[in-house]
Amino acid sequence: MFSWFGKVSFVPYSKVSDFAVHLKDGRMMGSRCKDCGYTTFPPRADCPECLSGNFEFKEYNGKGKIYTHTTITAAPTGFEDIAPYTVAVVELEEGGRLMAWTGESIPANEIKIGMPVQVVPRIFEDSPEIKVYYTIEKPGATWKKAPPPHLG
Amino acid sequence: MSRVGIIGAGHGVFGRRSDATVQELAFEAFRLAIKDAGISREELDATVVAAVPEYHKQRSVAGVVQEYLNLNPKPTWLTEVACASGSAAIRTAWMAIKSGLHQIVAVIGCQKMTELSTPEILALMGRVGEVQWESIFGSTFPGYYAMFATNHMHEFGTTHKQMMQVAVKNHFYGAKNPNALFRKEIELDKAMNSDPVASPFCVYDCCANADGAACVILAEESRAKALSKKVVWLDGVGCATASMSVLRRPNLVGLPSAVEAGKQAYSMAKVTPKDIKVAEVHDCFTIAEIMAYEDLGFCKKGHGGKFIEEKRSYIGGEVAVNVDGGLKAKGHPIGATGVSMTYEIVKQLRGESGERQVPNADVGLTHNVGGIGQYTFVHLFRRD
Repeated sequence: MFSWFGKVSFVPYSKVSDFAVHLKDGRMMGSRCKDCGYTTFPPRADCPECLSGNFEFKEYNGKGKIYTHTTITAAPTGFEDIAPYTVAVVELEEGGRLMAWTGESIPANEIKIGMPVQVVPRIFEDSPEIKVYYTIEKPGATWKKAPPPHLG
Repeated sequence: MSRVGIIGAGHGVFGRRSDATVQELAFEAFRLAIKDAGISREELDATVVAAVPEYHKQRSVAGVVQEYLNLNPKPTWLTEVACASGSAAIRTAWMAIKSGLHQIVAVIGCQKMTELSTPEILALMGRVGEVQWESIFGSTFPGYYAMFATNHMHEFGTTHKQMMQVAVKNHFYGAKNPNALFRKEIELDKAMNSDPVASPFCVYDCCANADGAACVILAEESRAKALSKKVVWLDGVGCATASMSVLRRPNLVGLPSAVEAGKQAYSMAKVTPKDIKVAEVHDCFTIAEIMAYEDLGFCKKGHGGKFIEEKRSYIGGEVAVNVDGGLKAKGHPIGATGVSMTYEIVKQLRGESGERQVPNADVGLTHNVGGIGQYTFVHLFRRD
């Protein structure tokens, strides 16, 4: 169900497809290699260190700092309706980085490199199909989490 | 081992070429290169074509080019590493000659981009970022380089004005290049107030999509010497990669692939950055040229903004950079760009660049970046 992830999906299937299911449940998952312990975000099924394919999801708390950002005015196909939008890279407290839009709590003119943020799982409310993503918000932002997952 | 030299170079007019197909564009550059080399088509052993396939309705462009140039049944193949495809083609031609398999190889870079609309091109180019975790947020090609610019400004105090001075320089020289898409100088203030694209970039920070072609002919040393009195030698080739995803880069203030490819090329050609008189660097965006000064060792990391501000990359400065207008003014027909850079260095080292001629140009460099530095090729050229 990786096609759930993103406004426009380019990758319908992946060995880490359940990432999107977890995100719908309010959990942001990285991966941990069961053989050597290599941990990374975004998740990957195949360990770049020991070549193992034996992985498990590991929940990330989504806390981090702004690493870089840009406000995009000239939007590509599929994103014209939301332009201008701010895309930022967050350096996660628990390691790894992610790219996401800034949410309503952070106006474009207030974003600064190094500012502490909270990444929040989201569902597109007005989409007929399931579409999940995450936004970058001010620290302390809260969201709903489903009961503990039954997925791997 | 014998050297590989360039014995001919040709360049078509870059622009919105609604008058021609991709193979017709290729033909223009090829005809000029063959004429320049003073050889007949029959003397070629093979061609390497550089073109990014997604832009053309015609699939497998090498085949249609080879037929249109009337070169069947000679071998051809296509190289693709995004915007660095042209230099990858030159590298594979160099390898084919070095291996002894071929003696004379034509490299043709060609691209017809404007069959697509700008949003379609933005979408295509943005997908040279990682599509699984990044493109789903509408990241664009300008957006990626803009994020480098944001960090470069934050870390080193580089200013948007300094970035735009790169555009002013490149348009200054592009105005004197008959093959350039934009042949007009620009004013700094007007450029800085042009429409926003991806902050901090506005329109004049970005190179333009274009159609066009360029061709160079490479030959093994003894054949090159027998055929030409003005050989330009390709004495150093460097190539390196970095993660597809910018999320997994060590930093966003430079391109590690450019640093590594540069080191390889300098070492192979036994030259240092100080020896370079003329360079063609990949200025797809203004910040990219500033990072190139630093990554190639023309100045220290973080000093690139000052380097352009003090006009040290103009003719008469320490190293003349993009004095054909660069991607910025010339236009960036993706597959053609690396070959176009090579064309300019060949002309400069031969002393044939007219009012844009760099004095005493004996060592030249090309720096051709694929995507957002996922691939970089650095080539070093010398005249005898």
